[in-house]
Amino acid sequence: MATMTLARRRVPALPLVAALSNWSTGKTLVAPAVIYAVIVTQLPFVVTVWYSLLRWNLLRPDNIQFAGLDNYLFVITADPIFPFALINTLILTVGSVIASLVFGMLFAELVNHRYPGRGIVRTMFITPFLIMPVVSALTWKNMMLNPVFGVVDYLMQLVGLPAVDWLAQFPLAAIMGIVVWRWAPFMMLILLAGMQSLSDEIREAARVDGVTGIQEFSYIVLPHLSRFIQLGALLGSVYIVQEFDSIYMTTQGGPGTSSTNLPFLIYQIAFAKKDVGEASALGVMVVILTIIAVQYLLKVLARLAEGD
Amino acid sequence: MAIRAIARSAGPGIERAPIGIAIAAWVIALLGFFPVLYLVATSLKTEAAAVVLPPTFIPLPGVNAAPTEMPPFTFAPTFEQYQTILERGFGPFVGRSLVVVVGSSILVLLLSVPCAYALAFRMIEGWRDTLFFFISTKFLPPVGIIVPIFIIFNNLQLLDNITALLIMYTTMNLPIAIWMLRSFFEEIPSDVIQAAEVDGANVATLITRIILPMVTPGLTATMFIGAIFAWNEFFFAVSLTATKAATVPMFMIGFVTSEGLFWAKLAAAGTMAMLPVVIAGWVAQRQLVRGLSLGAVK
Repeated sequence: MATMTLARRRVPALPLVAALSNWSTGKTLVAPAVIYAVIVTQLPFVVTVWYSLLRWNLLRPDNIQFAGLDNYLFVITADPIFPFALINTLILTVGSVIASLVFGMLFAELVNHRYPGRGIVRTMFITPFLIMPVVSALTWKNMMLNPVFGVVDYLMQLVGLPAVDWLAQFPLAAIMGIVVWRWAPFMMLILLAGMQSLSDEIREAARVDGVTGIQEFSYIVLPHLSRFIQLGALLGSVYIVQEFDSIYMTTQGGPGTSSTNLPFLIYQIAFAKKDVGEASALGVMVVILTIIAVQYLLKVLARLAEGD
Repeated sequence: MAIRAIARSAGPGIERAPIGIAIAAWVIALLGFFPVLYLVATSLKTEAAAVVLPPTFIPLPGVNAAPTEMPPFTFAPTFEQYQTILERGFGPFVGRSLVVVVGSSILVLLLSVPCAYALAFRMIEGWRDTLFFFISTKFLPPVGIIVPIFIIFNNLQLLDNITALLIMYTTMNLPIAIWMLRSFFEEIPSDVIQAAEVDGANVATLITRIILPMVTPGLTATMFIGAIFAWNEFFFAVSLTATKAATVPMFMIGFVTSEGLFWAKLAAAGTMAMLPVVIAGWVAQRQLVRGLSLGAVK
């Protein structure tokens, strides 16, 4: 392509001149999207880092001081909620990702067979992922998990179990249930694509050789799926670590701090406590945690890809 | 990077599933789907019928009995809750959501198509770095930027303004659209482009006249997936809007506390809130996985 050879002809000069003389159609096409993304994501993050070094509460807008790392020190040593929010975030994210993968695997295996109405079964499986998260949270909170009128407790009482007020007694587990209901279909879609890339002949040949269902799954299907599992875990973690909707709609982080995660804590500090400095410091910490997690997961992904 | 699944039109899968697997699949799928079914059923009940146990989920029109006197699992359907919700001003929330969804989709389209084209055909040297730059903006948690965004929008008088959500939802969907469109563009044989270039077509003509018509299904799926995320988005909506620019998810906040006991009305609002996206998702089903995995799984 003509544009590519043009782009390669470098002119050693001042950076700006070099950039301009190096300008190509490709850059014109890419530039608007890059500039937009830089302005709306990268610059605000730089500002977040700056705010995190300030003592600034919106309730006292005239009193802004440089505070150095005080906000970080406060969050780590003195904030009464932070340790709980951190642990809750880790439990919610890791627990939900693993449970979603297990259910997603089961759903994918069930959809990967031929029987009447498979398309309808598949459609029913993916639907929870499409439901507006605030609506699914309200549905579970009321119609499913209400201790008096909820369907889940009705079924439990049918088999002689005591009524449980899930969102009051086991708030984090209940929220995890809502999150898994939403994300298992996502894992199913990714794992199903993986299963369908494994040729039927291999599985059938194994079956002819007398391999049992469990052996077939653990020695043929599972190793083949490892990259898809990694991809699902990576994307699932990045999204679920940001979980906010279901907590806002069900427990508002309570009772106490028992279901507060980091995004919800930041929301509270930014919009209820109106502490710009502390909310920003927490925001920076969440971004750093996310980067560490993503780096680690990408490394695992790369290692597995090489190992195959 | 690309993990390619073999797509076969006949539908892959193991031949003749044992009857046990078919039954298990149907039972588990129905269990998982039940909350959705129950939500829709509840939206058609009176408030008194909404809390009847054992749960009722089969509409039985024309029977005029008290909720507890109905045959098992049935209820007398009514549309009165929908009427109430619409009378309470649900419409404007839908209107604003539509403006945000359509507006951000158009912006995403304008920004992502040229960018994805240049990246797919490697027209710039740093195409790989650029792609990973976009994925990194998707991985940036919204809480990492919400404070400055709130303060900047406040200074620009954009709080509680549709424009604020337009800007944020465009950002949110841009990386998905670029990655997804790139994966569709890469499937176009390069001789098509070379032939067009020989004919003297410039880039704008090439993209609008030749490339886009070839990827229409992919383009539609990309826009559908962006629309699903924008329609359902809540964090930016609750942080940046209050009343004048509130979208459909904001309407649901009313049911968190005081209205939480009115299940039938909650269900009617919830059904109307979720239905457009559920239908869009069913239509775009085949392409869903590609969008969710940023084009990595085909």
